Amino acid sequence: MSGLDKRTWFVLVLLAGLAVLPLIATATGNEFQIGQFRRILIFAIAAVSLDLILGYGGMVSLGHAAFFGVGAYVVAILNWHADREVPLFGMMLGTQNVLATWTAAVVVSAGLAFLIGLVSLRTTGIFFIMITLAFAQMVYFFFVSLRAYGGDDGLRFPGDTVVLGVIDTENDTAFYYLVLGVLCATLYLCRRLVNSRFGMVVQGCRENERRMRALGYPTYLYKLAAFTLAGGIAGLAGALFAAHESYISPSIMHWTRSGDLIVMVVLGGMGTLIGPVAGAVAFLFLEKTLPDYTEHWMIVFGPILLLVVLFARRGIFGWFLPPEERDRHGH
Amino acid sequence: MATDALLSVKGLVKKFGGLTATDGVDLDVAEGEIHAIIGPNGAGKTTLIAQLAGELAPNAGTIAFAGRDVTAMPVYDRARRGIARSYQITQVFKGFTALDNVAMAVQAQAGHSFRFWRPARDDRELREPARAILARVGLDARADVPAAALAHGEQRQLEIAMALATQPRLLLLDEPMAGMGKEESERMTRLLAKLKGEETILLIEHDMDVVFALADRITVLVYGRAIATGTPDAIRANADVRAAYLGDGDA
Ligand SMILES: Nc1ncnc2c1ncn2[C@@H]1O[C@H](COP(=O)(O)OP(=O)(O)O)[C@@H](O)[C@H]1O
Ligand SMILES: [Mg+2]
Repeated sequence: MSGLDKRTWFVLVLLAGLAVLPLIATATGNEFQIGQFRRILIFAIAAVSLDLILGYGGMVSLGHAAFFGVGAYVVAILNWHADREVPLFGMMLGTQNVLATWTAAVVVSAGLAFLIGLVSLRTTGIFFIMITLAFAQMVYFFFVSLRAYGGDDGLRFPGDTVVLGVIDTENDTAFYYLVLGVLCATLYLCRRLVNSRFGMVVQGCRENERRMRALGYPTYLYKLAAFTLAGGIAGLAGALFAAHESYISPSIMHWTRSGDLIVMVVLGGMGTLIGPVAGAVAFLFLEKTLPDYTEHWMIVFGPILLLVVLFARRGIFGWFLPPEERDRHGH
Repeated sequence: MATDALLSVKGLVKKFGGLTATDGVDLDVAEGEIHAIIGPNGAGKTTLIAQLAGELAPNAGTIAFAGRDVTAMPVYDRARRGIARSYQITQVFKGFTALDNVAMAVQAQAGHSFRFWRPARDDRELREPARAILARVGLDARADVPAAALAHGEQRQLEIAMALATQPRLLLLDEPMAGMGKEESERMTRLLAKLKGEETILLIEHDMDVVFALADRITVLVYGRAIATGTPDAIRANADVRAAYLGDGDA
């Protein structure tokens, strides 16, 4: 049972560390970095959502950034229309109400994930990887070609947003804690989810889908539900990202961004939820600092990743587990 | 042949390119019986099971189960209606404990699984029946061991436990003793003997002693064709069978 303790410790220390980060930054005169930290948390939410389908469901989706990007674009476009007072679909649909725009982001991303999943989940293995990649690239090029919203130059929109009448996203620290709150809520809800009956079915599909069908599970439906849910959460992360940047361009949904998310999940530990948070922190930190030492930083980063995958099957999180639990599923 | 058979197969044909793996098979399995299928390697036994379970679609013929045509029904639907199977090559959830494996099978019959909140591992509705079934196959002491760490024979027992946990009306067992040592085989034989009379079983097995001891009825499959069906005594006495199969020392 000491493994459980260690796991809890890992979660607590990591989240506590993230909670005091702005305080440390402020105390040391590094307030300007709080925005950077917030960006990391936003990607952490997206990575956790990918872990649901990748780590628990065994679905290697190479298109997850599309849902993130679409969520961001929904917020950006609604804001832009409200600001310019330009009708959308012939109606004054634009809004800067955060509750409305973020909800819309989740619904649209989840809807897109449902449609893409409907087709993609008919396949498995390498075909699934390729078809999710293809769909994501279609979405990417769709936004590149949308001249009205800036095409590949992207879209800038006013970012003065107040959430629930209290949290001003212009306030770096307040917004940071809002994002941290969303991350913690996501972690908790996903934790409940993966341990529920639904979560067991999703994990069963990863372990042995053929066996699941022979037991009587229409696996396609359950995988589709998980895929849709993960898309919705990624859309929420995208909405936060849009509010964070006040600017959005198709580059955030390029397929390499989907690859980055996979790396965060694998680096941190697949099928652990908290691992991908650590993975996002480590990945984005290395991505930021390694180029300071060498412009060929990918040459350093590649082998680091390889070592993690080869020697720590549960990624960073795995280092904190007792050896006999590193390969076990379902915690 | 009994017309009130639980499973009734008519004119089943399955072709793999030029090879006819199932060649016009008729088969009736009566409720409550152990019906064995014997035949040399490559006779098409596994292919037949796969069609009955719904993993392979036949080229021709019909499969009726409990009075209903299930020929076009997907695997999971047949499973929910009561067709359970084990595999010649063990198919368990290796990363899960033995108890988790069986609980997953119990859950399959406990309504839909779009339940997102309560922890399934604390759910007595799933865990208690699962424990009872592990005890039934003699694996209760191994409940918390990951399936991957179970001995080969134990994994095979676990597969039977999973099939039983779905509360099936028909068990399709594809060589449950494949790859087992002597002691493991004996344990499995005792388990099958225990199930006799409680479950309807379509059993594929190479060990003739086991087949002739347990089966109520035997069908002999050679090159995809069912060349004979009858009681163990009738099969033993059948000249065609002796010539085609029993005589060639393959058993
Ligand atoms: N998926 C497949 N594709 C092509 N040929 C197959 C396939 N599955 C089985 N076969 C062939 O069909 C025949 C019957 O195989 P099988 O049903 O596994 O026999 P058994 O279980 O009686 O040993 C064999 O000749 C085998 O090579
Ligand atoms: Mg076989």
